[in-house]
Amino acid sequence: MAGTTTTATLPSASASAGKRSQRNVRTLPLIAPSVIVLFLWMIVPLAMTLWFSFQYYNLLDPSVGGFAGFENYTFLLTDPSLWTAMANTLFLVFWVLVITVGFGTLLAVLFDQEFYGRSIARLLAIAPFFVMPTVSALVWKNMLMHPVNGLFAFFARSLGLPAIDFFGSFPLTSVIIIVAWQWLPFALLILLTAIQSLDSEQKEAARMDGAGPFAMFFFIILPHLGRAISVVIMIETIFLLSVFAEIYVTTSGGPGLASTNLAFLIYLRALREYDVGGASAAGVIAVILANIVAIFLVRSIAKNIAD
Amino acid sequence: MHPKTRDKLIYTLVGWLAAGVIFFPIFWMVLTSFKTEVEAIATPPKLFFTPTLENYVTVRERADYVHFALNSIIISVGATFLATLIAVPAAYAMAFFPGKRTKDLLLWMLSTKMMPAVGVLIPIYLLFRDTGAIDTRWGLIVVYTLMNLPIVVWMLYTFFKEVPKDILEAGRMDGAKPKQEVWMLLMPLSLPGIASTALLSIILCWNEAFWSLNLTTSQAAPLTTFIASFSAPEGLFWAKLSAASTIAIAPILVFGWMSQRQLVRGLTFGAVK
Repeated sequence: MAGTTTTATLPSASASAGKRSQRNVRTLPLIAPSVIVLFLWMIVPLAMTLWFSFQYYNLLDPSVGGFAGFENYTFLLTDPSLWTAMANTLFLVFWVLVITVGFGTLLAVLFDQEFYGRSIARLLAIAPFFVMPTVSALVWKNMLMHPVNGLFAFFARSLGLPAIDFFGSFPLTSVIIIVAWQWLPFALLILLTAIQSLDSEQKEAARMDGAGPFAMFFFIILPHLGRAISVVIMIETIFLLSVFAEIYVTTSGGPGLASTNLAFLIYLRALREYDVGGASAAGVIAVILANIVAIFLVRSIAKNIAD
Repeated sequence: MHPKTRDKLIYTLVGWLAAGVIFFPIFWMVLTSFKTEVEAIATPPKLFFTPTLENYVTVRERADYVHFALNSIIISVGATFLATLIAVPAAYAMAFFPGKRTKDLLLWMLSTKMMPAVGVLIPIYLLFRDTGAIDTRWGLIVVYTLMNLPIVVWMLYTFFKEVPKDILEAGRMDGAKPKQEVWMLLMPLSLPGIASTALLSIILCWNEAFWSLNLTTSQAAPLTTFIASFSAPEGLFWAKLSAASTIAIAPILVFGWMSQRQLVRGLTFGAVK
């Protein structure tokens, strides 16, 4: 490299070079493929769902057809199973959020402390997030929660208690436990990252001022985590609104509709009862529900891109 | 000094206890995979036993297991490759030549990720049925590519933004053409970022269980679908299920551990730093 003279001329030269290349590179052809495929992926099927939701359309009965107006919707909205599924969906989302954010925060504080073998313990704690949903659901269902041969049943019996028939008596709660176990590491991982970005000088200053561990947690750590917690809640909500595989392999939505959420109801309507119109109407409702959360999430992300 | 040491010991104890409880189901599954079927369902549960590799041999001998694993690999890698191929130019353009609309575009891409899959299940299912894409590998590859594209674009964008502009400018000064700039400067510089993006995409594809359960049955079924077939009540083969599951999750668990940092970036869309 040619030493000092080049360095001296660099600013102006690079500025013009930058401008030149900016003019030369046409970004449209570079971005267009991504935009086009995503547009097709999102808008076309969504428009079809919307269209089907106003049609009489049953895969098994080709004689049924034509414009249905709002009939699919009125039928759906007066159908108690929709409200059961809605209630189950919200119940599941709420409790999984409470468990994962609550324990996630505590665990994040814990794993922020120095201790022996911390990095290995942390690896173990985040492991469930990488286990495919069908595996985790079956491991819990068979080996832990099975009313006869499961480990929990054994523990209960050794304590002289009757074994709990998890999926028979508390189907939705059992699904919640499994899903919470899968998502706890997610909350932990993100909240831990957020805690570690906390200025250590600030912590030190608080400690010097005599803040105990509780004051430290409530007045320093928790306020700092506020944003991260809200992000965890929003992202988890979006994914939890459509929990599917865990229900599919454990309860199949039953007994009755006891553990059917909105996503599973749509699946039942569409691919088991072949009622495309009705299922599409339910699909539109699911999209609206998710979009309410998505609006807040997008806003929060936008704020960060601007930074 | 003494209370500090005591605190550290307490944290060690509590920390390991918590980690142990969370990890226990996985540990139990791995343990069960080394038992015989009789030991697997024995009560009281056996903690000490003569480990056997019999289940792994059985699982490996069943040709269909290899078939499902191969599907998982082909679909995950294929979709990741395709998504990266489409995403690199877009991320490059947005990171280095941002316009007025760049931010909106990025947010719009991310928002497509927030649409619930079940909302488009029916049209996709019907389109797949009519085009013969049901239970084909390429069908699932297309779906997974589109599913992960927003995250891949987003992550590549953040990695490209971190590449020092001075280096690219210096290259330009030395007469590098745009193509050379991308291939000989940008790519090598952001290789770690591209690699961890690809890793995250593979993890997400590997574990995806909505589309795979609904769009595949046997020919193109990945491991998620195969494992789900153990849910039938008569299929009470816990030891074999455990062995099959252990092999199914092992590579992804290692990938996940390797990429925990980037994972936060990718899964929160940069909303948490």
